[in-house]
Amino acid sequence: MKEQYEKYYVPAQSPWPFVGAVGLFFIAVGAGLTVMQMGKEASSGQYVLLVGIIVILYMLFGWFKNVIDESMAGLYSKQLDVSFRQGMAWFILSEVMFFFAFFGALFYARMLSVPWLGGADNNVMTNEVLWNGFEAAWPLLTTPSGETTQAMGWQGLPLINTLILLTSSITVHFAHVSIEKNKRTQLKVFMMLTVLLGIGFLFLQVEEYIHAYNELGLTLESGIYGNTFFMLTGFHGMHVTLGTIMLFVVMLRVFKGHFSPKNHFMFLAAAWYWHFVDVVWLGLFMFVYVI
Amino acid sequence: MNSITQDNESTQEQLDQIKTQEGVSITDHDDTHTEHHHGPEKGIKRWLYTTNHKDIGSMYLVFSLVMFLIGGSMAMVIRAELFQPGLQLVDPHFFNQMTTVHGLIMVFGAVMPAFVGLANWMVPLMIGAPDMALPRMNNWSFWILPFAFAILLGSLFMEGGGPAFGWTFYAPLSTTYSNDNTALFVFAIHIMGMSSIMGAINVIVTIVNMRAPGMTWMKLPLFVWTWLITAFLLIAVMPVLAGTVTMVLTDKYFGTSFFNAMGGGDPVMFQHIFWFFGHPEVYIMILPAFGIVSSIIPAFSRKKLFGYASMVYATASIAFLSFIVWAHHMFTTGMPLAGELFFMYTTMLISVPTGVKVFNWVATMWRGSLSFEVPMLFAIAFVVLFTIGGFSGLMLAITPADFQYHDTYFVVAHFHYVLVTGAIFSIMAGVYYWLPKWTGNMFDIALAKWHFWLSLVSVNVLFFPMHFVGLAGMPRRIPDYALQFADFNAIISIGGFAFGLSQLLFVVVVYKCIKGGDKVPAKVWDAAEGLEWEVDSPAPYHTFETPPKIKN
Repeated sequence: MKEQYEKYYVPAQSPWPFVGAVGLFFIAVGAGLTVMQMGKEASSGQYVLLVGIIVILYMLFGWFKNVIDESMAGLYSKQLDVSFRQGMAWFILSEVMFFFAFFGALFYARMLSVPWLGGADNNVMTNEVLWNGFEAAWPLLTTPSGETTQAMGWQGLPLINTLILLTSSITVHFAHVSIEKNKRTQLKVFMMLTVLLGIGFLFLQVEEYIHAYNELGLTLESGIYGNTFFMLTGFHGMHVTLGTIMLFVVMLRVFKGHFSPKNHFMFLAAAWYWHFVDVVWLGLFMFVYVI
Repeated sequence: MNSITQDNESTQEQLDQIKTQEGVSITDHDDTHTEHHHGPEKGIKRWLYTTNHKDIGSMYLVFSLVMFLIGGSMAMVIRAELFQPGLQLVDPHFFNQMTTVHGLIMVFGAVMPAFVGLANWMVPLMIGAPDMALPRMNNWSFWILPFAFAILLGSLFMEGGGPAFGWTFYAPLSTTYSNDNTALFVFAIHIMGMSSIMGAINVIVTIVNMRAPGMTWMKLPLFVWTWLITAFLLIAVMPVLAGTVTMVLTDKYFGTSFFNAMGGGDPVMFQHIFWFFGHPEVYIMILPAFGIVSSIIPAFSRKKLFGYASMVYATASIAFLSFIVWAHHMFTTGMPLAGELFFMYTTMLISVPTGVKVFNWVATMWRGSLSFEVPMLFAIAFVVLFTIGGFSGLMLAITPADFQYHDTYFVVAHFHYVLVTGAIFSIMAGVYYWLPKWTGNMFDIALAKWHFWLSLVSVNVLFFPMHFVGLAGMPRRIPDYALQFADFNAIISIGGFAFGLSQLLFVVVVYKCIKGGDKVPAKVWDAAEGLEWEVDSPAPYHTFETPPKIKN
């Protein structure tokens, strides 16, 4: 007995990956030159970077348009949907590992390098000879070289932001329930709520940074405490931005009548990403702010 | 998804069950897909815009060969400078750039893309899939690589030169003491990392989701198994490398002090984060090699692979252990004693699963009817010479001994045995094994044998004496050395030039094979097993558009 399977959709030639490669090339060269030219007269790097960003945006629009058209035309099989889902899950794992590197730096500094500089374990002479007078503490408000700063408390803005992100995770979950039950109005409301909460989070984080720079004297350059604070919350903020953009695009597609209870991979990807961003924030809130 | 039944009966019912578990829906319509049986496009667009796993695999392999020759010519510069003591040919700063970029190119440009290329070509063929799971992303992950290396190589020609801090870019060499072009190095590494992650996601999803019905987990060829585990390692550690270079970037240009004690950081922290990436990275470069050799040795021993299941479990154990051994690269940094002991014992533990593998290869050959075709020659050389590299690794794992060996040519000898006679030899073996399948032509066997024997002799002349000069205390990464090392270094350099020139033969063999040669049948090697030998030679542009039946 001969059997037949649904065909796996292997797209024909596509220009977008190559366009994307060119865009990334310009972004890398542009970013590199921009960084190298900081504080100097030359400014060519910024223009290269701008070209790169434009090319990448063009690629994203073109590539996603292709994929959405194919999906709406029903070319995708269930198996391809599984490929997309697994691909997204592994991508999120790689993002988790990126944050892992910075959390690793935070724990190393807090538990090892700062106490060692303060003379812990067998490092008495390190403290005595090299960093005399330095006392280990976390948050590290006075660095071994003598720079001072103030710590960011967890009450106030960070706490509100935690509540905002937690709420947005719940609203995106209700949006998921709505999409599966095909309740379109509910879906629209919950999507809008989630996007608004995302924007609200980003707005408050900007406020928090302004507060840190202007009133606390806490900057990217204030020693390992400021470094880990800004790198962790900064990269998290970039991911929130990306997640908000993804949710916004999904929302636009919802309003255009896309997605069905069975076929809504892009919604799912954005929602998973949003939950990931939320979990990272909880880790951040615990280890950067509270403890 | 992972709980596919191990039942091998291919009755209708069970096939249906497997398909349902895999999420493959079944339709009853007739095969009306003839319009898809088209060949490749014409001209340059075929390569720029392709979504075909065979095209992309070929591009990866050609790219890696070009990088191998560029990185190799840098090694020639290094060996020319070291031919005699004293500063001879190049400026020390340029020498440092050569050692740095040689390492970066060989790791990220030659070995890794070669394995990704082989995975692209072979994994869909081996598991009966029509293509890679995400074909467009596949093309993206290839095409960003040449651009990344253009940036890296371009920085060599800029004012101040390219990276000169060693491929491990330890802080503060890469932060306080590096030149201004370091930002370009950082972003080039970012792109290479993105390429690896996307390639790895593609491989994993292909293997998990695209296996032909009945291709159960424990029927997967070992090359597929090793690549599955390698891809997992890539996804887990390449982002950590991205984090490391990002911290280098901010330390150098934005005033952070992750690796600077003045702000509460620690240069040793760099080494911890780097080697958390770096050690799994080492296995990323050797696990696929295990897979290739495990395909070749049974084919030319005319026996089934000895201990298939133990090979799978050994690979998984090596991957797991690779995450908890990183600090054996840092025994001399003054870690607490408990740390040194922990990392010594975990490192030595790796020799157990690796020993299982070597034992299994030898046991496969035991009482087999061996024949010594070119792939088999390379595979046997791999087993013997990789084992030498493994043993010197075991020596390096012993903390007190490592205090003596650290940063000497003994380390250089060790990792060139595992990477050149290990990874590179396995790639050569794999290319000779599958090249007739790709091109439909047999390669020039006489010339290929010349390539093998010249490589085998010269590579040992090149790397074996490094053990001696290393044990005698010659430090690595220096353009000059003490007089007592002169004779050995001259011999090493002669071996180096001979090995470098021998590789040109490989280029000739591959080129001639693509151009023409004796036609080969679908089953190129009489005792080779696997789905890839069921399709014609050369493999048609599209294969397995409908899944094949898996025989027991």
